[in-house]
Amino acid sequence: MSSEATAGAHAGDHGDGHGDGHGHHGPKWLAHHFDTPAQQFDAAKLGMWVFLAQELLFFSGLFVAYGVYRSWYPEMFKAASHQLDKIMGGTNTIVLLFSSFTAAMAVRSSQLGKQKETGRYLLVTILCAFGFLVIKYFEYQHKFEAGLLPSRYFHPHMDHLVAGSAPLPANTGTFFGIYFMMTGVHGVHVIVGIGVLIWIYLRNQRGDFSKEFFTPVDIAALYWHLVDLVWIYLFPLLYLV
Amino acid sequence: MFLQPVPSDNFQLPPSMADTAPPIDKAYDFIFWFSVVFFVAVNAAMIYFVMKYKRRKGVRPEPTGHFMKLELFWTITPTIFIFFLFHAGFTGYIRNATAAEGATEIRVRAKKWSWEFEYPSGDRAPAELTLELNRPYKMIISSEDVLHSFYIPEFRMKRDAVPGQYSFIQFTPTVAGDAHVFCAEYCGTSHSGMLATVKILPPEQYKEWEKTLGKCTGTPEECKPEKWGETLFVKNGCPTCHGAGGTGDIAGSKSPGPKLVGLFGHQENTTAGPVTADENYIRESILRPNAKIVAGYQTVQMPPFVFKDDQLDAIIAYIKSLK
Amino acid sequence: MAAITTTPGAHHDAEDPNASFLEKKGLMSWLVTLDHKRIGIMYLISVMIAFALGGIFALLVRAELLTQGKTLMDADTYNKMFSLHGVVMVFLFIIPSIPAAMGNIILPIQLGAKDVAFPRLNLLSLYIYWFGACFGLYSMINGGVDTGWTFYTPYSSSDPALGGVGSSTSVIPMTLAAFIMGFSSILTGVNFIATVHKMRAPGLTWRRLTLFTWALYSTSIIQVLATPVLAITLLLLTMERFLGLGIFDPRLGGDPVLFQHFFWFYSHPAVYIMIVPGMGVVSDIIATFSRREPVGYMAIAASSLGLALLGFLVWGHHLFVAGMSEYATMVFSALTFLVAIPSGVKVFNWVATLYKGSISLQSPMLWALSFIFLFTIGGLTGLFLGMLAVDVHLHDTYFVVAHFHYVMVGGTVMGFVGGLHYWWPKFTGKMYDEAPAKAGWFFVFVGFNITFIAQFIMGSRGMPRRYYDYLPEYEIFHQISTVGSWVLGFGFVIILYVLVKSLMSGKPAPRNPWGSAALEFQTPTPPPTFNFVKDPVLTRGQYDYQLATEDELYEGFDDPLFPGIRGGKPAAKPAAAAEGEKE
Repeated sequence: MSSEATAGAHAGDHGDGHGDGHGHHGPKWLAHHFDTPAQQFDAAKLGMWVFLAQELLFFSGLFVAYGVYRSWYPEMFKAASHQLDKIMGGTNTIVLLFSSFTAAMAVRSSQLGKQKETGRYLLVTILCAFGFLVIKYFEYQHKFEAGLLPSRYFHPHMDHLVAGSAPLPANTGTFFGIYFMMTGVHGVHVIVGIGVLIWIYLRNQRGDFSKEFFTPVDIAALYWHLVDLVWIYLFPLLYLV
Repeated sequence: MFLQPVPSDNFQLPPSMADTAPPIDKAYDFIFWFSVVFFVAVNAAMIYFVMKYKRRKGVRPEPTGHFMKLELFWTITPTIFIFFLFHAGFTGYIRNATAAEGATEIRVRAKKWSWEFEYPSGDRAPAELTLELNRPYKMIISSEDVLHSFYIPEFRMKRDAVPGQYSFIQFTPTVAGDAHVFCAEYCGTSHSGMLATVKILPPEQYKEWEKTLGKCTGTPEECKPEKWGETLFVKNGCPTCHGAGGTGDIAGSKSPGPKLVGLFGHQENTTAGPVTADENYIRESILRPNAKIVAGYQTVQMPPFVFKDDQLDAIIAYIKSLK
Repeated sequence: MAAITTTPGAHHDAEDPNASFLEKKGLMSWLVTLDHKRIGIMYLISVMIAFALGGIFALLVRAELLTQGKTLMDADTYNKMFSLHGVVMVFLFIIPSIPAAMGNIILPIQLGAKDVAFPRLNLLSLYIYWFGACFGLYSMINGGVDTGWTFYTPYSSSDPALGGVGSSTSVIPMTLAAFIMGFSSILTGVNFIATVHKMRAPGLTWRRLTLFTWALYSTSIIQVLATPVLAITLLLLTMERFLGLGIFDPRLGGDPVLFQHFFWFYSHPAVYIMIVPGMGVVSDIIATFSRREPVGYMAIAASSLGLALLGFLVWGHHLFVAGMSEYATMVFSALTFLVAIPSGVKVFNWVATLYKGSISLQSPMLWALSFIFLFTIGGLTGLFLGMLAVDVHLHDTYFVVAHFHYVMVGGTVMGFVGGLHYWWPKFTGKMYDEAPAKAGWFFVFVGFNITFIAQFIMGSRGMPRRYYDYLPEYEIFHQISTVGSWVLGFGFVIILYVLVKSLMSGKPAPRNPWGSAALEFQTPTPPPTFNFVKDPVLTRGQYDYQLATEDELYEGFDDPLFPGIRGGKPAAKPAAAAEGEKE
C-alpha cells in the first residue's frame, strides 16, 4: 500500500502549477500512471495473484467433474487409470518440478541483477517445458492407437492395452473424456507458458531487467509455478490413485 | 401483480384440483400479502419523501448521522420474516414430497414431443392421463431423449424428466374434471405442442373407462381398423414429424420424418439396403425405428413406440390406406 | 499474460496532458489507445449496439406471441429468436454494460488515479470481447442457436449430425463466443481489483470510496471467481458436442443435471455481476440528487460484498424441480432467503437517504427512483421463487420470466440508463434536453410494467416459458404484454433520439452539471487524458455534502484545484468562504 508514502510527496507538490502536474521523475520502466516503483510492483503482483485465483477456479470445474464421476464409478476409474503410463507421467512430473525450480532460480538471479544467469535459467525452464510436451505427445499417440478416446470415439484395441489389464467397463470413455480435457487444458497452459517464458527470455537478453525492475520475471515465474502445481494434482489423481 | 386488485385466488392461480394444491396456495397467499404490505410501505415512503423534501433554496439537507439501532432493526426484522417464509415453503414442499400409502403407480414417458402414460395393467395411452377421483397416485417420470418437465398447474406439481433417470411426484386428485399437462422444460421445435390432458373421473365413470383401456372406444364406424389407426396416429403425436395425414409436409416445408402417403408397397432405400414397405417393415419401423433408416433421413429422432397387436394392426391398416 | 506488466513508454504518446480525452481524432487513435476512458467509450458503443440487437429480438418474440398459432414466424425461428435475445442480452450487453463500459470510464476517476492498473490488459479485454462477439455474430449468420441462453444439456450437447437427439443449430460458435467473452470479463475484474487496491489517490481511504466503486469492487470479485467456472463448463459442453466426452450426455454415460450445477454455479453469481453495479450507480445518483451522504454507507458497501459472497451459495435454487435430495433443496432454499437481507438493507438505506434530503427530480434521479420501485417488485417476487413449495408451481413459467426481467431490466437497465444520463456530460462533454429525456423515461417505465405485470399473472396461472404457441386462456395476457413491449420500445427510441441529438447539437456541459461532491465531477468536462489537471489529494469524502455551503448545495461544488470556478463558470460569491468551510 503506497498511498501513505505518496501522500506526503504530493501534498508538497501543489505549487507546481497545473501545466505539468504529472511530471514524475521515476526510472524509464515506470509506467506513467503509477506514482512509484513500489506501487507498480505491488499492483502487478496483486493482479497476478488474482489472475491465479481465476486459474484455480477454471481447473476446479474439471476437478469437480473428476470427483463426481470417480465417486459414481470407482471401479471404472481404477480399471481405466491402469491404462495410463505411470513411467511417462512420473518423468513428466520430475521434468516440471525441475523447471519450476529453475524458474524460481531465474527470479532469484534477476533480483540480484545477474542477467546472464537469469537467461540460462530461463532457457532451461523453456527446454523442460518442451520436453514435457514431447513426452505428452508420445502418451497421446499411444492412447489414440489403443482407441482409448472420449466416449463417442472409445473403441479399445485389446492388443494395445496394458498387458494383463482387467476388461474395461462400458463407460470407460468418460474417464478418457476427463483425462483428455484435464491434460489437454493443462497442455494449453504449458504452451502459453512457453510463449511467456520466451518473451521474458528475449526481454532479459535485451537488458530490460535490473535489480530494481524484475517484475515481469517474477510474475511469469508465478504463472509457471501454477502450471506445475496443477500437474502435481493431475498426476496422482489420473495416474496413481 | 401488485397493482392488480385480487378478488380471489382464482385470478392469480389456476383452479385447485389435487391435495397438493392447497398447501402451495396457502404459502402463495402468505407471501403475496407479505409482499404487498412490504412493497406499499417502501414505495409510499419513497414517494412521500420525494414530494416532501423537494429541493428548495435555503433549505439544507440534514447531515447523515449514524443510525446503528435503525440499521440493526432493518437487518434483523427481515431475517425473522424470511425464517417464517422459508418454513412455510419448506413444510408445504415436504408434505407434497411424501408418498401416500399404496399409491397407484403410473409411468410417465416424455419424448420429443409427446407424453405417454403407462397404467399398472401395462396398457399405454398417449396424450391423455385418466385418473380416479380421490385415489392416491405416484408418477414415475422418465425421458427418452432430452430434458422435459412434467407440469400440471392445477395440481401445482412439476418435475423434470431427465434422460437416464427416474423422478417422482405424487398426489391425490380431489376435484373431477379436466386439467392440463404442460412440458415446462424447453425441449426443441415443438416444445409448446407437448401437451396432454388429465381427466379426473368419479369412481363409477373411471371403472367404465378402465374397461375400454387400450381398446377402441368409439362407434363401430370409428372402430374400423383404418379409422382407429388414424386416431392412434394422431394421438401418439405422429403428425408432428410425418405431417398431418402422413403427407411429409409441415407448413409447406419438408417434415423431419419421411412421408407416409403412398409408402405401402413402395420400394425404399434404407441403411439396410432396398426394402419393400410391407406390413413387417412398417411394424418394425414403429417398434424399432433405428433398424432400417430411409435414405436421406440419417438422423433418426423417432423414439421407439410400444403398441398392442390390435393397435399395431390398426395403424398399419391406416398407413396402407394413405394413397 | 503479456499485458499484466507495464512496459516503458506507456502513455508517452500523449502530447498535451491537459487536453480532453476526446481531442485526438482518427480511428487508429481509438483502436490503439490505452486510455481507460476511450476504452470505456468503445465498450459503451458496443454494448449499446448489442442492447439494440437484443431489443429487436425481444420485440420479434413478443410480436410472434400476439396471436395464437403462427403470427410472424415458424416455431424453429421463434426458438432461435428467444435464444438469441437471451444470449445477446446476457453475454453481450448486461454483463459488460455497467462494469466494463461505465466502470472503465468512471472508476479510475473516482479513485483519483490516472488510469486503471493495467491499461494494456484493459485494451486486451476489449479486443477479447470483440473477438467473442465475432463468434456470436458468426453463429447468428450461420442460423443462430435454439437452445435458450442456458444451453441445457443434452439438448445443446447432442448433435443430430453425430447421431444425437438435440439441437441441430450452430451451438459451438455460440458457446465459444460466451467462453471467449468470459475472459474479457475476468480480465476486467482482475484489473479493477488491482486498481481499487493500489491506485487510490492520497487521502482516499476505503471509507471514502464511492458506493459505485464498492459495487464494482464486489462485482470484480464475482467476475474473477465465478466466470472461470462458466468458461470450463462451456468448454466441456463444446467438447461434449464435438468429441462426445461422456460427461453431460446420458447417451454417452454422462449426467445432464451436472451441467445445470456447473452452469448455475456461475450463472447465479452472474446475476449479481449484472445487478450489483446497477445498485452502485443508483447509490451515487441518489446521494447526488438528494444532497446527502447515503444513510448506512458502510451497510450498503458491506451488502454489496455480502451479495457477492451469498451469490456463490445459492445456485441450487435453479434445480428445485430437477431432482435434488430434499436435504439439498432445504439448504439451498434457506440460503436463498439470506440474499433478501443485503438486498433489503440497500433498499431501506436508499429510502432513508431521501428523508430530509434536498431532492431534485432530474432525469437520472427518475431512473434511480424507478430502480427502487421495480427492484422491490423484482426482489419480492424472488421470495416467491425461494419458497420451495411455491417454486415447484412457478418454476419455468412466465412468472420466472417476469421476475428475472424486473431484476435485470427494472434493476440493471434502469441503473445503466440512469448512469448513462448521469455521466453523459462527462462522457461526451455535451448536455441533453431534459424534457424529452423525461418523456423517454416515462414510456420505458410504463411500457415495462405493462409488459411484465401481464407476464406475472399468466405465469402464476400456469403459462410455461419458451412457448411458441399457447392455450386460448392466456391470449389476453400475451396481448397486453406485447402492446406493453411496443410502449417500452418506443421509450427507448425517444432516449436514442435524445442522446443522438445531444451528440449532434448539445450545449457544452459544465464541469459539474448536477452539483455532485464526487471526484469525477471535480475534474474538467470531458476529463483530460490523465483525468486530473493536478494529482488530487482528498481532504474530504465524496459524499460530504454537510461540509458544503448554501451556494454549493444549490449550484454545485467548487473546483478544489481552481477556487472560484464552479461548474465551469465563475461562482457568484468569492470562493474564500467555501475554502474556509471545507477544512
